[in-house]
Amino acid sequence: MILRPGSSLSVTSAGSGWPPAVFDPAGPYSEPVTTLAWALLLGGTAVFALVLAALGVALFGSAALKARLGGEKAIWIGGFAFPAVVLTGLLIWGLMLTSSLSATRVTGAEMRVKIIGEMWWWRVHYQDAEGRETLRDANELHIPVGKPVLLELETADVIHSFWVPRLGGKMDMIPGRTNRLLIQADKPGVYKGQCAEYCGGPHALMGFIVVAHTAEDFARWKASRVPARGEQGRGLELFLSSGCAACHTIRGTPATGLAGPDLTHVGSRQTLGAGILPNNPGTMAGWIADAQAIKPANRMPAYHQLSAEELLAVSEYLVRRK
Amino acid sequence: MRSETGFDPALYDRFPTKGRRPKGEEDELRRIWCKPKGWEYLTVVNNNYVGIYYLGTAFLFFLMAGVLALLMRAQLAAPMLEILPQGVYNQVFTMHGTVMMFLFAVPAVEAAGVLLLPQMLAARDLPFPRLSAYAFWAYAVGGLCFFASIFVGLAPDGGWFMYPPLTSKTYSPGINTDFWLLGIGFIEISAIAGAIEIIVGVLRTRAPGMSLDKMPIFAWSMLVFAVMIVIAFPSIILGTLLLEIERAFNWPFFDATRGGDPMLWQHLFWFFGHPEVYIIFLPAAGMMSMIVATVAKTELVGYRLIVLAMLATGFISFGVWAHHMFTTGMPPMTTGFFSAASMAVSVPAGLQVFSWIATIAIGKRSFNAPGLFVLGSIVIFVTGGLTGVMVAMVPFDWQAHDSYFIVAHLHYVLIGGMVFPLFAAFYYWIPMVSRRALSERLAKWVFGLMFTGMNIAFLPMHLAGLQGMPRRVYTYLPGQGLELPNLISTIGAFMLAVGVSLFLVDLARNFRLALDEGNAGNVYDGATLEWLPSALYSTRSIPVVRSPEPLRDDPKLAEDVEKGRYFLPGSATGLRETIVTSPLLAEPQYLQIMPGPSAWPFAAAIFTAGFFLALTVQAYSFAWVSAVLTVASVLRWLWDTDRKVEKGEVDIGAGIMVPTYVTGPSSHGWWAMVILLVVMAMIFIMALFSLAFLWSNQPSFWAAPPLGDAVLISLLYGVAFAAALAARPLLRRGPTWPVLLFLVSTLASGIALWLDWNGWNATGLGPEASGQGAVIYALQALEAFALAIGVLMAAYCAARAGRGLITLPRSNTIDLTMLFLAYCAAQGLTGALFGRAFGMP
Repeated sequence: MILRPGSSLSVTSAGSGWPPAVFDPAGPYSEPVTTLAWALLLGGTAVFALVLAALGVALFGSAALKARLGGEKAIWIGGFAFPAVVLTGLLIWGLMLTSSLSATRVTGAEMRVKIIGEMWWWRVHYQDAEGRETLRDANELHIPVGKPVLLELETADVIHSFWVPRLGGKMDMIPGRTNRLLIQADKPGVYKGQCAEYCGGPHALMGFIVVAHTAEDFARWKASRVPARGEQGRGLELFLSSGCAACHTIRGTPATGLAGPDLTHVGSRQTLGAGILPNNPGTMAGWIADAQAIKPANRMPAYHQLSAEELLAVSEYLVRRK
Repeated sequence: MRSETGFDPALYDRFPTKGRRPKGEEDELRRIWCKPKGWEYLTVVNNNYVGIYYLGTAFLFFLMAGVLALLMRAQLAAPMLEILPQGVYNQVFTMHGTVMMFLFAVPAVEAAGVLLLPQMLAARDLPFPRLSAYAFWAYAVGGLCFFASIFVGLAPDGGWFMYPPLTSKTYSPGINTDFWLLGIGFIEISAIAGAIEIIVGVLRTRAPGMSLDKMPIFAWSMLVFAVMIVIAFPSIILGTLLLEIERAFNWPFFDATRGGDPMLWQHLFWFFGHPEVYIIFLPAAGMMSMIVATVAKTELVGYRLIVLAMLATGFISFGVWAHHMFTTGMPPMTTGFFSAASMAVSVPAGLQVFSWIATIAIGKRSFNAPGLFVLGSIVIFVTGGLTGVMVAMVPFDWQAHDSYFIVAHLHYVLIGGMVFPLFAAFYYWIPMVSRRALSERLAKWVFGLMFTGMNIAFLPMHLAGLQGMPRRVYTYLPGQGLELPNLISTIGAFMLAVGVSLFLVDLARNFRLALDEGNAGNVYDGATLEWLPSALYSTRSIPVVRSPEPLRDDPKLAEDVEKGRYFLPGSATGLRETIVTSPLLAEPQYLQIMPGPSAWPFAAAIFTAGFFLALTVQAYSFAWVSAVLTVASVLRWLWDTDRKVEKGEVDIGAGIMVPTYVTGPSSHGWWAMVILLVVMAMIFIMALFSLAFLWSNQPSFWAAPPLGDAVLISLLYGVAFAAALAARPLLRRGPTWPVLLFLVSTLASGIALWLDWNGWNATGLGPEASGQGAVIYALQALEAFALAIGVLMAAYCAARAGRGLITLPRSNTIDLTMLFLAYCAAQGLTGALFGRAFGMP
């Protein structure tokens, strides 16, 4: 059986699509936008109904009503005065909201993470308050609830765009620039995100997740980010001898490749292939054997040469990297 | 009554003339504007034929891009389908957008202009028939070759917006991207040729008396359309040029690692890309305004408001481009400005919608085919406009941007704002060119399927976008609630397609080309001049226009025109000709002699297409041969033009005498050259903007040659400018003088450019070194290109002088070369000074 992305994906808890993500905000950087979206949607529907009513009157109305509608005065009112007033109000609201949500207002109390877009996955570099790197991970961002997170968004290749609709708007990752975005989750949970800027090839399969923990859970998670030491075994041997280490790092081992995701804690991730597969020994083995069939054109070659037994050994080794 | 040109408006009272016209006059017209036979269908230049070819080709692209859309909808009907593999899907969505925008929408409205404008203005043809033919053939051949790239898997796959660095050599090494850059760059040239034609046509070939306030709204909309093309398209022409140069020669315009900036592309692209939407919408709105009034059997309410609204749209639309870039990290001040402008641009659209509603209100209710499409268009367009206001709100756009919400929004705007009006126009104007009108009965089905299908297809996409579905995805994961909206969208898309197919059936059954005579005629009782009885020479005589709706206000007009009781009832010179009138009040100024059919525009178009195609597939020797053949064909086609006319003054009716040869600022050639120079200046200004934009990133790294060079360079360009300008007055002393002066001018400009280049070269800054270097040498390359054309023009003047073909004491050929060479000098000087100014520490 061919492994299909999304098949029995355990992260489906991240959303059934209803209510739509934009209408299901989970933090202060998405909440006001949802209010705005409702206002726009309802207001827009009302205006649409008014225009339809005007059209209805123009077609079927009484002669007196038609005569009222059929002059330049009606055009000025409907086509100019009304929109001018409504739009001015909207504009003021929009301008205020823009400035209050922008990452130009940073207090210094935020948690800081640098996220670097790659074709077609994400590097996640946790930083301390001074901006020094503390931990490297990939395709999954862990945050504590109730605390704003300042993301520094960069790209290693082409333009990508970081988007977790339930936590905030999107922000592009552009070569030569560092863009900043604030997000925050107020409830623990898993929030789905996806690259929003077309970046070629499997852009459609460039997902990721944000995991929000309670303060205690987050502390526990943070404390567990220590690489296992001194572990030996067939899985690691195969990992090193098959060429995996050329692209991947596993801290505490001789594997120090930089082209692909850091795998030090790969076993603790909820997804594989950048947010598209659940993570277990089976999917891990399937991914290693033929990542090209699952996510065509991604940079991970297929490892057809590994025997079933070898595949299992490597994948079991990897899913143990908690 | 005031006069613009000294023409006495009282002369109009001589029309309609009394008495019978001489026998044989009409036969002569028919002979001069004869029907093509056999191969001559390729060499026709008459707007009736070119317009139909043009519109037919554009519609073909609509169908083909529509098929691509169906393929995409099939792939997205359910999650993780494998109907279109990833690589193919990426090519298909790129082609769908590109073909719809560049090969369907803009050409279709331009084609409508070519077909309809001369009839509406009662001109015999557009002022540059060979240019229209060239523009059409270049577009048709180039467009079809471009489209064919998808059949061999070489179609571009970087999205219709082609953002670098995804489209750079590093990330798109194949020639797919080059197909886009060269193919589209080339088709833009054809759009600009058409725009020049339309501006001069609308402003200079209107029927006598048709002052601007009596001009049909469609002509107004085409005028604004063409001016917008002239201002907006240079930006994308420059953009494609720079990106192609970056790919071919490694000049880092958009490479952030070497002082370039990928954001520069986004600015260049959207400075064209957003006005583009209004470029497509305005002519369609112009058609709507005409159709709505005729269908309601009344006059258009708010004519002046609509004109005002169109001008405002044209103006504001150049201040909204960055609303495509709200998520690129621009400061809130900047996004605020573009947000405000984006909202403001919806006001004039609202004015037009309410004018249509007002017109419907005072008129008669009618649900005939054009009427239905007009109503459908209003409903759909208003929906798209309202979601447009939503995405103009910056915080909402942070969510909606690049999601399926935008896909829904843009299709509502474009289908409501352009496709439905175009279908209304098909039903409305087909009786003008076909023996039979289309079927009203079938039209109800076509409309019903298209309207319902459209809404079923695109309404759920709003939801999919808000659920988090990004655009440009070849598939999506299950379990996110996206299955249902996508399946519904697919069903709607196929319904829409069935509606369009039914329209094709109708066309097959009822559309019978009748350009010469015997068309179905004024089925809907239109009141503008295109409904006068006409043949290939347009109307028998050219009426005096006394109101905006002449056919309604003068019931005898059609008969009088047909009997030759107005201007130019026959041919005054025995050649193809039309009356050139003044721009504001349309007073007759002179008789333009028009070129007839010729194979050379066709040949030039084929070779131009060959040149660009050969460049794309890197067959360079073939490319250069094509380039030489193109230039030779163009010069050959020009060679017949600008000849001495035997009769200096002719009677254009009722004893009114006008000259047959005019030079200087009132000639149509001068106007076209000035517009061409505006296009070139816009390209150059966008290049200067590029330099300033890159400089604003990292000014400290910039180099510059010593400022002292600038003195000599300025002096030389000054000489070149003065020498060019002196050519016109000195032609009186014989054609040798201007030729010598042109030689001086090109030499001086050439030396100045060489000094400029040398100065930069001495600093050690190469074009591959940095963004600054790349733009500096690009400025010089633009100047070198302009100068090369200038040299060709000067040589052409010399050749004509040698053959005694320069008219004395004034010559259009000399005038236009003078303008061009003076421009070259001015452009060179600006580039040299600007480049140095930005390099200063």
